[in-house]
Amino acid sequence: MNKKSIQVSLIGNPNTGKTSLFNQLTGLNQKVGNYPGITVDKKQGICKLSSETEAIITDLPGTYSINPTSVDESIVLKAIQNKTDENYPDVILVVTDVENLKRNLLLFTQVQDLGIPTILAINMADQMKKKGISINLPKLEEELQTKIVLISAKKNEGINELKETINNYNSLSSVTNFTTIAKKIDAAYFDDLQKVAHEKPLYNLWLQLTQQHFFENKNINLDSFSHDVSKLKKYQHKETIYRYQRINKILEKTYTVDSNKATDLRSKLDKIFTHKIFGYLIFFGILLLIFQSIFDWATVPMDFIDALFGDLSELAKQKLPEGMLTNLLTDGIIPGIGGVVIFIPQIAILFFLIALLEETGYMSRVVFLMDKIMRRFGMSGKSVIPLISGTACAIPAVMATRTISNWKERLITILVTPFTTCAARLPVYAILIAIIIPSKTIFGFLKIQGLALLSLYILGFAAAIISGYILNKTLNVKSKSFFVIEMPNYQIPSFKNVFLSVLEKTKSFVFDAGKIILAISIVLWFLATNGPSSYANIEKEVTENAANKSLSEQELQQKIAATKLEKSFIGIAGKTIEPAVKPLGYDWKIGIGLITSFAAREVFVGTLATIYSIQEVESDAANFIPFKNVKAFFNESEPEDNNTIKKRMQAEINPVTGKKRFNFATGMSLLVFYAFAMQCMATLAIVKRETQSWKWPIIQLVGMSVLAYLSALIVYQFLK
Amino acid sequence: MNTIASLKIGQKGIISEESLDIIPLKLLEMGCLPGAEISLIQIAPLEDPLYICVNGSHLAIRKEIASKIKITNDNCINE
Repeated sequence: MNKKSIQVSLIGNPNTGKTSLFNQLTGLNQKVGNYPGITVDKKQGICKLSSETEAIITDLPGTYSINPTSVDESIVLKAIQNKTDENYPDVILVVTDVENLKRNLLLFTQVQDLGIPTILAINMADQMKKKGISINLPKLEEELQTKIVLISAKKNEGINELKETINNYNSLSSVTNFTTIAKKIDAAYFDDLQKVAHEKPLYNLWLQLTQQHFFENKNINLDSFSHDVSKLKKYQHKETIYRYQRINKILEKTYTVDSNKATDLRSKLDKIFTHKIFGYLIFFGILLLIFQSIFDWATVPMDFIDALFGDLSELAKQKLPEGMLTNLLTDGIIPGIGGVVIFIPQIAILFFLIALLEETGYMSRVVFLMDKIMRRFGMSGKSVIPLISGTACAIPAVMATRTISNWKERLITILVTPFTTCAARLPVYAILIAIIIPSKTIFGFLKIQGLALLSLYILGFAAAIISGYILNKTLNVKSKSFFVIEMPNYQIPSFKNVFLSVLEKTKSFVFDAGKIILAISIVLWFLATNGPSSYANIEKEVTENAANKSLSEQELQQKIAATKLEKSFIGIAGKTIEPAVKPLGYDWKIGIGLITSFAAREVFVGTLATIYSIQEVESDAANFIPFKNVKAFFNESEPEDNNTIKKRMQAEINPVTGKKRFNFATGMSLLVFYAFAMQCMATLAIVKRETQSWKWPIIQLVGMSVLAYLSALIVYQFLK
Repeated sequence: MNTIASLKIGQKGIISEESLDIIPLKLLEMGCLPGAEISLIQIAPLEDPLYICVNGSHLAIRKEIASKIKITNDNCINE
């Protein structure tokens, strides 16, 4: 026997604890899917109501109104318009916050007018006493013609009663008050509208008329109806006013606040967090903490992952029979997956900190502090979060721009975010700095190598900000939406919410970006281990070459590996681009490194390791990340693991000049190139998905590449 | 006539009825209604945005829109 299942949609304002309630109802029993055609995550979970019934709960994005102003918010409207959709709700649960009940009820009255049974959950009821709030519940239920449940999602109070109410949703009547409001606005007009389709609830018709843009299946043709935009706008304004008038009247009879009891913790904290000086100092301190966590704390699990995947490759090599498939596994797939997994610690820690800041309500204060500054560079205060996230990885950062409702500001944020120094650049910076910058200390405590790394971070941020400024002046994108952000009350974060948020975002990084990085790693592996017809004979040729007779067995194997890479498709590509990269001070070997970097930047280090034949004979073309070295800049110890790569690279001679290949000029040129170049296919794919067009990722790729090329050219020509 | 942008920190005003058409729908829906009392809680360090409280909603809005929404000033109602 199949269980009976009830479709429930969770709707509510942001900051009402809707997510807490969702987590409380469904626990770990949730999954994130996608809405067809758009990028917003669809969160669903199952909640057992009784032995025979379960509820399938869809958590819709937080919104202040059913009239959408952003991609996220339009989901709510879409969710309730298609009766044939498998998740069309049997019952809607509107979540409200007891302190902001008035504003929350606006959304409730809109939802109720849809004609779907609606339950009202008033959250944070445990704080009523403290805040001096009292509610006449029976009266409020009568006035709103609904069933109300007082809950406290964080303390797990009232949840059972709520489940019971959902289970008995059949006893709820569907009510709509819209006809009363419509009569007040313009009775004749709405009469005509109703005549178009008698059987449809008037409010649904009205929504379809005012939100044409968001209605996909226009089953009722309203084209003949008046589309005077200014009239519609005026009526929408009136509708909102009348709704509030009704809510005010109801709350006067049922809701009282004893203002003497209200504490002013909010204003005290606000005085500190939004202070002209302390506000910025605190924010700066938090930024330092975030960087510290990415640099320091994350390196422990990263080293572990690095070693683990290295061992895994080695193990597979020993245990499996030699051949193409084993090579694919050990040099393509395992390092490819490792290249994704290694970023998990940084991303998880970063999202943990960001989730904490958001849960407490502090993030809104950062937006408030930074908005004016960011606006000069074409962005909004809300762009700060993506730019911080970008220091771990640009992919989740680009996804975090969804909260920016102004399209131009969002687009600029998406376009400039990849300039911030992401984790994948670190290994490249580490090896190059180790080669060209002496390991000296100035003023007794400042290591100049560390200083060089810091300068590269600043360079990345500066590039992001300056290109934002230029894009702001040059982009001709219209966006009429305006800026508003709620400043929520300060709250103690819920561990469960933070944990689930980190889990969800990390998962989406691994699966969204992971599959692209993995696919490119495999393609690059193929190109690096295969070549034109003569490729097969390399081993023989090298062995038989008289010049190599004196080499030891190990040296010979290294020579073979290096020659193989040189003659492979990738080697040929490296030679082909040599004339183009020569003015930057690079040879074809570095050219190969640049090409392989398109899978992920850190692959550069592994590629050079192979091409300079310093690793073991079985060295992986896609070997990854000596992350330890980054940390070593700030500590006393010399990065040991890199010593061999470093020495070999230092010893490399430029045949034309007879000087060192990796001299100061070439090194600086490479550093600048990596700071600016858009060498991440996964990010481009996400940008394409988020902007819904190829135009912007292409502009981004071309723009950043040209900037990288020209800057590297200038740096090299100037320094050489 | 005064606007939200001309309030000083801690001052209150009533949003005037004639502002109805100027206030964006979203702001109306968030509680910023004509006839409602609005108070200015804080101004960001660079004079923008403004941190306001209206109808129990704590919001930050930019000066650009705040300077268009007219108010009658509570503190000088007798003028």
